[in-house]
Amino acid sequence: MTTLAKTVGRRPYARPLQYLALLAYMCFLAFPLLFLLSTAFKTPRELQSPDAGLLPEQFNLDNFTAAIDKADLYTAAGNSLLVAVTTTVIVTAVALPAAYALVRFRTKLRAAATGWILLSQVFPFILIIIPLFLLLKDIGLVNTLLGLVLVYAVWSLPFSLWMLQGYVAAIPVELEEASAVDGAGRLKTLAKVVLPLLAPGLVATSLFTFINSWNEFFFALVLIQDPDMQTLPLALARFVGAEGQVQLGQLAAAALLACIPSLVFFMLIQKRLTAGLLSGAVKG
Amino acid sequence: MTALAAPPRPRRRSSDGRDAWLLVLPALLPVMLFSVYPLVYGVALGFTDAEAGLNVETHFNGLDNYVELAGNGLFWDSFKIGLIWAFSVTVLQFLASLGLALLLNLDLRLRWLARTLALVPWAMPPVIIAIMWQLMLNPSYGPVNRTLDALGLPSSINWLGEASIALPVVIVVGVWAGMPQTTVTLLAGLQSVPAELNEAAAIDGASTWRRFWHVTLPALRPIIVAITTLDLIWNFNSFALVFVLTAGGPGGTTMLPSLFAYNEAFRYGNFGYAAAMGNVMVILIGAFLFLYLRGQMRRRLQ
Repeated sequence: MTTLAKTVGRRPYARPLQYLALLAYMCFLAFPLLFLLSTAFKTPRELQSPDAGLLPEQFNLDNFTAAIDKADLYTAAGNSLLVAVTTTVIVTAVALPAAYALVRFRTKLRAAATGWILLSQVFPFILIIIPLFLLLKDIGLVNTLLGLVLVYAVWSLPFSLWMLQGYVAAIPVELEEASAVDGAGRLKTLAKVVLPLLAPGLVATSLFTFINSWNEFFFALVLIQDPDMQTLPLALARFVGAEGQVQLGQLAAAALLACIPSLVFFMLIQKRLTAGLLSGAVKG
Repeated sequence: MTALAAPPRPRRRSSDGRDAWLLVLPALLPVMLFSVYPLVYGVALGFTDAEAGLNVETHFNGLDNYVELAGNGLFWDSFKIGLIWAFSVTVLQFLASLGLALLLNLDLRLRWLARTLALVPWAMPPVIIAIMWQLMLNPSYGPVNRTLDALGLPSSINWLGEASIALPVVIVVGVWAGMPQTTVTLLAGLQSVPAELNEAAAIDGASTWRRFWHVTLPALRPIIVAITTLDLIWNFNSFALVFVLTAGGPGGTTMLPSLFAYNEAFRYGNFGYAAAMGNVMVILIGAFLFLYLRGQMRRRLQ
C-alpha cells in the first residue's frame, strides 16, 4: 500500500485527482443524508417556500416530537423492536450449535447446509411468500407478530450460519484439544474455550440479524394487514402514501429516528462485520 | 462419558454423527417446516390454478400457467425491465465500488469519513432510502431540481414520474443503496493482495495502470466473481426500494418482476399464476448464474 502511494505520488497530478474523486464520492454518498437531516429540522413554512435555503433556519425539533407523538408510529416502533429482538434471540440460540457442529464434524450435513444456504439466496421471495402465507393462515398466524418472527427467524438463519461458520472455523482446534487433554469435558470446553473466543463473532452475527429484521419490508407487507400489528417500515411506507406529501418534515424526522438503532449497531460492529462476511466467504 | 471427553477432532468418529445431528436439529426443524417445505410447495403451486379466497379448490393444471405466461406480454416486459435493472445496478455498483475501494485503499486524508459514509446506506432500511430519494427528487422542492435551477438548467423534471427517465433514475438509487456491501468486500480484498507483488511489478517498471490490470485485478478475481454474483441475485430479487419509490410506475416502466408477481398474487389473488412467474424467474436467473460461474471457473483453470 505504501509503495503504491509512493509511486503514485511521483506524478504531480495524481494526488489532486484522487482527492477530487474522493470528494465526488463523498458528495454522492452524503448529500441525500444531509438533505434528509435538514428536512427533518425545517418548519412546514420553510419546506413550502421556494426560496428557502438548503439548510434549516434554526434547529427546530417540532417534527421529531410530532413524529414521536403519532400513535401508529409509536406502536409500529414497539412492534419492530419486539419482532427484531425475539428473532435475534431465536436465531442466535439455534445457529450457534448448528454452526459449531457443521464446522467441527465433517458429516454430509455440511454439504447439504451449504447448498441450502446458497439456494435460499437465489430463490425469488414470491415463491416463498405465497406458500408461507397459506401455511401461516392455516395455523392462524397471519397478522400476528409471532408469525412474522417465525418467518424472519427462518430466513435469517442461512446468513447467520454462514457468518458464524467463518468465526468457528477461525478458532484453532488445537485449543479445544489442549483443553480436553487437561481433562475438561466437551461441554466445559465449549463453555470455557470456544464461547469466549466466539463472543465477538456472535455479537456481530446477532446484530446483523437484528438489523435485517428491523429493516425488513416484503414479508411484513404480505403477512401484516392489521394496523396495530404493523412494523416500522410498513408504517413509514403507508405514511408516505397517506400524508407524506403534506408532512414532509415529519416524514423525514420519522425516517431518521427509524434509522437510529441500525446506525448505532452498525458503527459498533463495522469492523467485525466485514471480517465475518469475508471469513464466511473464504472458509465457510 | 469418556467418548465425550475425548478431544473434538475434525475427523469422523462414530459418536460425531449423532452429536452433529443433535446440535443441528434445533435449526433443522424450523428450516424444514418454514423454508424447505414452503419452497417445494411454492414450486408446486406454479403448476396449479391456486387462487386466494376461502373454499377455492386447487387443481394441478400442468403447464397451463406457462403457456399463458408465454403469451403475457406484460410479464415479459417486466422481465426485461428486471434484467436491465439487475445488470445495470450490478455493473454500475461494481465499477463505482471498485473506484471507491481503490481510493480508500490509498493513504488519503479524510479516508475514515469516506469509509463511514460508504457504510451508512447499508444500515438504512430500503423503505427509508426510498423515502429519502423521493424527497431528493421531488419535482418542486427537491434539491436536485433546485440545484439544476440555480445552474440555469431545465429544472422542472419529474424524475420518478416521467416514463422515459424513471428506470435510469431508479437504477441510480439502486446503486447508491447497494454500494456499501460491494465496496467493503472489494476493499477487504484489496487489502489482502500481497504488497510484494505490486512492489515487484513496480521495480520491473510497470506503470500504475499496468500493475492494476495485471497484478491487482487478477488477485481480486475470486472476490469480484463472488460479490457480483451475489449482487446480481440480490438486485434481481429486490423489492422494497422500487415498491416504495415508484410502485412500478409510471406506466409500468419500473415494474420489476418481483413487483409484477406480487401484484398478481396479492392484488389479483392468482397464487398459482404468480408462483409460475417465480419458477420462470428462478430458472432463468439460475441458468445465467450457471453460465457465468462456469465461465469464471474455466478461466481460472486455464
